[in-house]
Amino acid sequence: MKAKGAAHKFGDNVNTDDIIPAKFLNTTDPRELASHCMESLSADFAKNVKPGDIIVAGKHFGCGSSREHAPFSIKSAGVSCVIAETFARIFYRNSINIGLPILESVDAARGIEDGDEIEVDFKDGEIRNITTGKVYKSQKFPEFMQKLIAAGGLLNMLKMDNTR
Amino acid sequence: MPYTITEKILLAHSGKKAIAPDEFIDAKVDLALGNDITAPLAIKEFERLGAKKVFSKDKIALIPDHFTPNKDLKSANQCKILSEFAAKHRIRHYYEVGQMGIEHALLPELGLVLPGDLVIGADSHTCTYGALGAFSTGVGSTDLAAAMITGRCWFRVPKSMKFIYKGKLNKWVGGKDLILHTIGDIGVDGARYMAMEFTGDTIKSLCMDDRLAMCNMAIEAGAKNGVIEPDKITEDYVKSRWLLGISKKNKRKHKIYKSDKDAAYFDIREYNVAKMEPQVAAPHLPSNTKPVSAFKNVSVNQVVIGSCTNGRISDLRMTAKILKGKKVNSRVRVIVIPATQNIYLEALKEGLIETFLKAGAVVSTPTCGPCLGGHMGILGAGEIAIATTNRNFKGRMGDLESEIYLSNPAVAAASGIKGKIAHPDDVA
Repeated sequence: MKAKGAAHKFGDNVNTDDIIPAKFLNTTDPRELASHCMESLSADFAKNVKPGDIIVAGKHFGCGSSREHAPFSIKSAGVSCVIAETFARIFYRNSINIGLPILESVDAARGIEDGDEIEVDFKDGEIRNITTGKVYKSQKFPEFMQKLIAAGGLLNMLKMDNTR
Repeated sequence: MPYTITEKILLAHSGKKAIAPDEFIDAKVDLALGNDITAPLAIKEFERLGAKKVFSKDKIALIPDHFTPNKDLKSANQCKILSEFAAKHRIRHYYEVGQMGIEHALLPELGLVLPGDLVIGADSHTCTYGALGAFSTGVGSTDLAAAMITGRCWFRVPKSMKFIYKGKLNKWVGGKDLILHTIGDIGVDGARYMAMEFTGDTIKSLCMDDRLAMCNMAIEAGAKNGVIEPDKITEDYVKSRWLLGISKKNKRKHKIYKSDKDAAYFDIREYNVAKMEPQVAAPHLPSNTKPVSAFKNVSVNQVVIGSCTNGRISDLRMTAKILKGKKVNSRVRVIVIPATQNIYLEALKEGLIETFLKAGAVVSTPTCGPCLGGHMGILGAGEIAIATTNRNFKGRMGDLESEIYLSNPAVAAASGIKGKIAHPDDVA
């Protein structure tokens, strides 16, 4: 499975209020949530992001609340993948649970600039910066996580387990 | 094999013979919790999967607390999803407005979480219940949906960090200050993925309300859970649940776990807190902590005393101690939010509500309200609040150009009187 798109660069400690402000949590509509994605940090992000684009961020991405609306709004906005130096734990598990691809790579997070064209190969965790020619390797997922990702999320895996 | 308290509780619920940090396990949950903003997503997924029934009608808690009493049409419809699901599946622990409270104050109060329990909640501050010697952690709506069906949840076993606190606390210094100081020391990702074990003589002297406040903010250091070993204070608290006339149907056996002497810790930190001043976290991170005396001329427009961190009876008593016979600054909105109906009633009986009103503060029904910028006290552009809440990210309580300082109730109340961030001694 591959992803390709432009990088949207953010800093450290991007929190869940940044990703989707709490005032929008009284809806579960994907289009509405997508339209407010990253609003506090970048008013134009939701308008400018193209399907396949990639978010690249620093340390502790997604810190704060457990709101699943955060990875859900990112996924609904068409973002194909989030690359960060490190992820906050609840955001990390939520992303895997709902099938939003995330990759941990300090070098990629630091090396990629806003607007760079990026290609990601999830099978071998390789991140290719087409603009600079640099190639990065991300942290390998533990086996259990690979299972979850391959199934397309927690509920899909549950469904598969039940139909066996 | 020596284990930490966290490892012991996870092991006991996993059905495995042994356990180690970084391992993935599948464990039985004693309680799965959701609220009016996280449960609707979980319920949607539950139904999309075609699930017909919940794993147990007694081990799920659905609490409408964030945007209630219904703050607008959308919130009303979200709450309807909760109440209808609860009715359909005969969920025992659904509490409507009138019985509900802020979830992390309500559940311990009702005796729904006991020592040795494994609790998951679709709310990041679910780590609060570690104060009771339980393993308790925040998860997402999909985790909640899966748990409501299977009664289980997957976990990566965390490494444990030990925090030892020594020394007798000064007047006005409590659990909130200890955790603010700790997060200030290690940073908002200083305990990322770890179990934070709070121990030492100082912790042993903390009342349960203060222990709950401390564990409540473990997530603000990135932790998986916060935990305090159960002791006599824990046992007395648990016993008192039944004596308060709270539903005996919630009574069940609990299990005491303690860390083994030679259990392995990733890191051990010691703090001597005898000289600690009340702490304040400045905008825009809970780790931006300094002693209150460092803030000389920070005017405030709003004070919020409440939340799952500091909305309990001890917090209201401390607030009343400061406000009694005084008046808040006429420019400042001081909003007090008792966290549950029982706490509100107790405060009423003790004359605290009268003290608040006479001082010019306002008192709200239990709600998370302003903490996450929902309702009951939003900040306008350029406004500054000091709050007993747990997060001060940019724009959290309102406009992106507003600012939030975090503190304990005594500092918040004193600041309400002075109109600027103040040490409680300044208004004594």
